[in-house]
Amino acid sequence: MAKLPNPEELSKIDYAPPSKGWMDTPTEFKPGMFCHGSKPKSLETLEFPNPREWRPADVDWKLPENWKQILLEGIADRLKKYRSFRLFMDICVRCGACADKCHFFIGTGDPKNMPVLRAELIRSVYRKEFTIAGKIFGKMAGARELTVDVLKEWWYYFFQCTECRRCSVFCPYGIDQAEITIIGRELLNLLGLNIEWIAGPAANCYMKGNHLGLEPHTIVGNLEYILDDIETVTGKKIKPTFNRKGAEILFVTPSGDLFADPGTYTAMGYLMLFEELGLDYTWSTYASEGGNFGFFTTNELAKRLNSKIYAEAKRLGVKYIIGGECGHMWRVIHQYMDTWNGPADFLEVPKSPITGTVFENAKASKMIHIAEFTADLMKNGKLKLDPSRNDHLKVTWHDSCNTARGMGILEEPRYVLKNVVNHFHEMPEDTIREKTFCCGSGSGLNASEDMDLRMKGGFPRANAVKFVHDHYGVNMLANICAIDRASLPPLMDYWVPGVKVAGLHELVANALIMKGEKERTTDLRGEPLPGKEQKEESA
Amino acid sequence: MDLNALLKEKQPAIVEKWFETVLAAYPENTANIYRKSEAQFTNPLGYNARQGVEGLFDALLKGVMLEEASGFLDNIVRIRAIQEFPPSQALSFIYELKKIVRAEIGKAVAEQGLTEDLDSFLSTIDDLALFAFDLYMGCREKLFEIKVNEMKNSTFRLIQQANRVGGKQE
Ligand code: SF4
Ligand code: SF4
Repeated sequence: MAKLPNPEELSKIDYAPPSKGWMDTPTEFKPGMFCHGSKPKSLETLEFPNPREWRPADVDWKLPENWKQILLEGIADRLKKYRSFRLFMDICVRCGACADKCHFFIGTGDPKNMPVLRAELIRSVYRKEFTIAGKIFGKMAGARELTVDVLKEWWYYFFQCTECRRCSVFCPYGIDQAEITIIGRELLNLLGLNIEWIAGPAANCYMKGNHLGLEPHTIVGNLEYILDDIETVTGKKIKPTFNRKGAEILFVTPSGDLFADPGTYTAMGYLMLFEELGLDYTWSTYASEGGNFGFFTTNELAKRLNSKIYAEAKRLGVKYIIGGECGHMWRVIHQYMDTWNGPADFLEVPKSPITGTVFENAKASKMIHIAEFTADLMKNGKLKLDPSRNDHLKVTWHDSCNTARGMGILEEPRYVLKNVVNHFHEMPEDTIREKTFCCGSGSGLNASEDMDLRMKGGFPRANAVKFVHDHYGVNMLANICAIDRASLPPLMDYWVPGVKVAGLHELVANALIMKGEKERTTDLRGEPLPGKEQKEESA
Repeated sequence: MDLNALLKEKQPAIVEKWFETVLAAYPENTANIYRKSEAQFTNPLGYNARQGVEGLFDALLKGVMLEEASGFLDNIVRIRAIQEFPPSQALSFIYELKKIVRAEIGKAVAEQGLTEDLDSFLSTIDDLALFAFDLYMGCREKLFEIKVNEMKNSTFRLIQQANRVGGKQE
């Protein structure tokens, strides 16, 4: 009989030190750590190369014969096109400052999730093929051949990066691994190597205008549901308009807000706020998606999907756009839109019709974030608020990577929050604002089949929430991102049961005193308001 | 000296070694980072593992009921349950403690005729391991439940609407 390993041996096998260098440690596809491969139909819709049935765990990925040539040409193209990419390939001094800054490294312990190594996956091939030293000295110069195994390694680890940019905050050279991952994924897409959780929604959005592939009547139908819920809570019947030409403002939000709790409560919040202001705005059932899963695919597709919002704004003849609570939507608008589809000179610089504030910061994109819009309303005393309606909540704030690190929306949501809740507690300093920890599910990784990965990646975030939960009794994690609203509830369920998740405008609408509303007895979720519990029961 | 006094005397050394066996499961580069366990929020695994082994050993010394010490165990097991270790590997660090204790105080125990006391102490470590298996399984089940709930929640509103269109009662 074979000798059974003793506990000491057991604790060492498998995961243990790769005594070989990282280049010689083969990638093992572990269940729970990756998503399903893209389906041929999705790629066909997007007119992407190599549509076929394939499974990431299979040995044969059904690559085109000249795959290597395609990739190398792809790299060469991008080195020419993106100065950032060229720079990032050359300037890393391997100081290690970024090594322990990635939530996926912290949670998985896998060295290839150190940002420096993630970049090295592609850099090693760059050296081999595009530098003289690499060509001559090979491995000694950190260079290696592009093989199918290397390709698989890329796929596995570029889909274990949420493009959150936390590592870049700590890099003395500002090397942005998110940009490298973006290019890495773009290269993989040249061979049809996407995940279905991204390709499917992107294809839906391309055809129908939103990730879920909902048609106009479904969107309207679902909003009606939400309006019924608002009537139950406030007694007010709201009638928003759809695709209305000549409205002053187009409102665009992630479609997730209309179809899954707790996003739906956030949508109730938008509707109630706009109603109270008497805002001249319209929803669109065509540009019905704020999010942009194209951004997790290729720059070209991101551009195509983004252009829809502006085409719709033009068609309807609005003056400008207000965008709902989304994360990556804002990174796209803030950092890329103007280069891709700008200038949006057929629109006007956003000016709040209520306060007269001109949002100079949105001069180029003509689109303002609802948190900015609402903060401005509060600053000018335009809203009647009763924060005690949120007294059953002890709230903390999760800075979403894209809005916080990607565009610097740090103060506005906090300002809004402090106006609508009485109990607010910040998480520890190293885990908020620019240094915020990712939810672990961003950049299209919020599928269910990779739940193990998500729970690990979200561990540092959850750990900080646990601290404020244990110390201050925090029971609500607020944010302004639709992926957060979808992915933080399961994260909390695993790590910090008892903490729920809310969008900012859900809390705003709880506190908002509306003209002609009935006396509220519940919050937007139908939970009794503080002090109204008795009434509820006896009612 | 009784057993407890012996254990107490060696507590720092035992805890240190025990912490190392927890780290031994990870590649060297990773373990070096996890070892810097003061950083509660930026190195949550290292911090929690450290707090976990310290707290657990303290609880064992004080003879605290396992349920009460479960928070410390949770510190280590909850993350390991999702780190792709099979259960035997995820939890082997608990059995390691027996070996560490024997190595540290075995000789003194024999000299002072405390073997029986030691055996009973070591058997509480076995209980701890059983308890840890339950916790581990609980974590795996939780993960499964979360996946199911997520799928349900993401389609709930659509089903609600389909029912409405179909005229079904909710
Ligand atoms: S911090 Fe920057 S320079 Fe240092 S290893 Fe990381 S990427 Fe390279
Ligand atoms: S961008 Fe975020 S997920 Fe990607 S390597 Fe950096 S820290 Fe990790």
